[in-house]
Amino acid sequence: MRKAMLKSALVLALFAAGVLPARAAGSEDDYKAAYAAAEAANKEAGKLRNQWTTTANTLAAAKKAAEVGDFDKAAASAKEAEALAKASIFQATSEKTRWREMEIR
Amino acid sequence: MRLRSAIYLASAALAFAALTLAGTLPSGAADKVDPVADAKAFQKFFTDKFPKVKLEDFVNGPYSMNEDLYRQWQDKEQFPPYEFSLEMGKEMFSKPFKNGKTYADCFENGGIGVRQNYPLFDAKEGKVITLELALNRCREANGEQPYSYVRDEMAALTAYMAFTSRGKPMDIKIPDDPRALAAYENGKEYFYTRRGQLNFSCATCHVQSPGERIRAEILAPALGIVNAMPIYRSEWSGMGTTSRRFTTCNSQIRGVPLSPQDDEYRNVEYYLSYVSNGLPISGPGARP
Repeated sequence: MRKAMLKSALVLALFAAGVLPARAAGSEDDYKAAYAAAEAANKEAGKLRNQWTTTANTLAAAKKAAEVGDFDKAAASAKEAEALAKASIFQATSEKTRWREMEIR
Repeated sequence: MRLRSAIYLASAALAFAALTLAGTLPSGAADKVDPVADAKAFQKFFTDKFPKVKLEDFVNGPYSMNEDLYRQWQDKEQFPPYEFSLEMGKEMFSKPFKNGKTYADCFENGGIGVRQNYPLFDAKEGKVITLELALNRCREANGEQPYSYVRDEMAALTAYMAFTSRGKPMDIKIPDDPRALAAYENGKEYFYTRRGQLNFSCATCHVQSPGERIRAEILAPALGIVNAMPIYRSEWSGMGTTSRRFTTCNSQIRGVPLSPQDDEYRNVEYYLSYVSNGLPISGPGARP
């Protein structure tokens, strides 16, 4: 039992130190799925007329990494782009009513 | 018993009706579109915030906020950097199209001294028409290719037209048409809506922070900001149209700009121009 606990602690410490990857190296499929999700979210932001330049830049970075076969980096960038796109959607949605707080009356 | 049930039923019906009405009517007087009250409050906000600045001086943007800059600008006006553009615009304006007509044929009073009436609301189309849009439509109606909304040719034409209106008070009309009021209200919403990764609205810089520095620049007040358009910007080393100003503002806050003359930009120009009614046209302007 104690041995098992020690082993778990060691594995956790190695994760924390970044020595062990959190999962196996990213595949092209992982990247493609992450990119598609990010693109869909950004498209949604576009419908709300509120895309961010950083989303586009991060999507471009994901594509560039995928082109040279670095799918870990590509998937990470695509996930970041999705988070940015979702934040822009949240902003556009909440501002539908919040803008009045700033209005000069 | 039957009477009591009837009273309960009537009360429930009344409460339901009240709730339904509350959902459809504006939540208060503040939600009612009242451009006259808006313009009054808008101008009062700036004159209260900057009691030393005369109302008509707000059109001078950052120069009205800072004495040193004001002196530099007066010196600069001896040989204004927009002069070349003005000359180019004058020449372009009078040069006939291939069909022999000129811009003067497209505008009231031959296009001279009319800049203060733009943007205007076109009842036929049900939309706001800016001066830049009107100029390109004039070109297209006469068989010419439209100009880019953000390049020198459009800046030159609008510079010349603004120059012929210098000193005339901005005079934007909002006709009694629900579509015009909606365009105005949408423009207002655009002006105050935060966007881009930096979470800025137009008002963040030009209402909350005029006179403050953002990096090396002094922010201009929103009041009268459109009266000075188009502008020569030292930062751009060239002239900029209203379209260029709106699109670059968007990209500076990390928002993807819309296309020039999209409804949002036309509406926000309509709103900003209306609340600056009465202030003189000062364009073309020069900015740091």
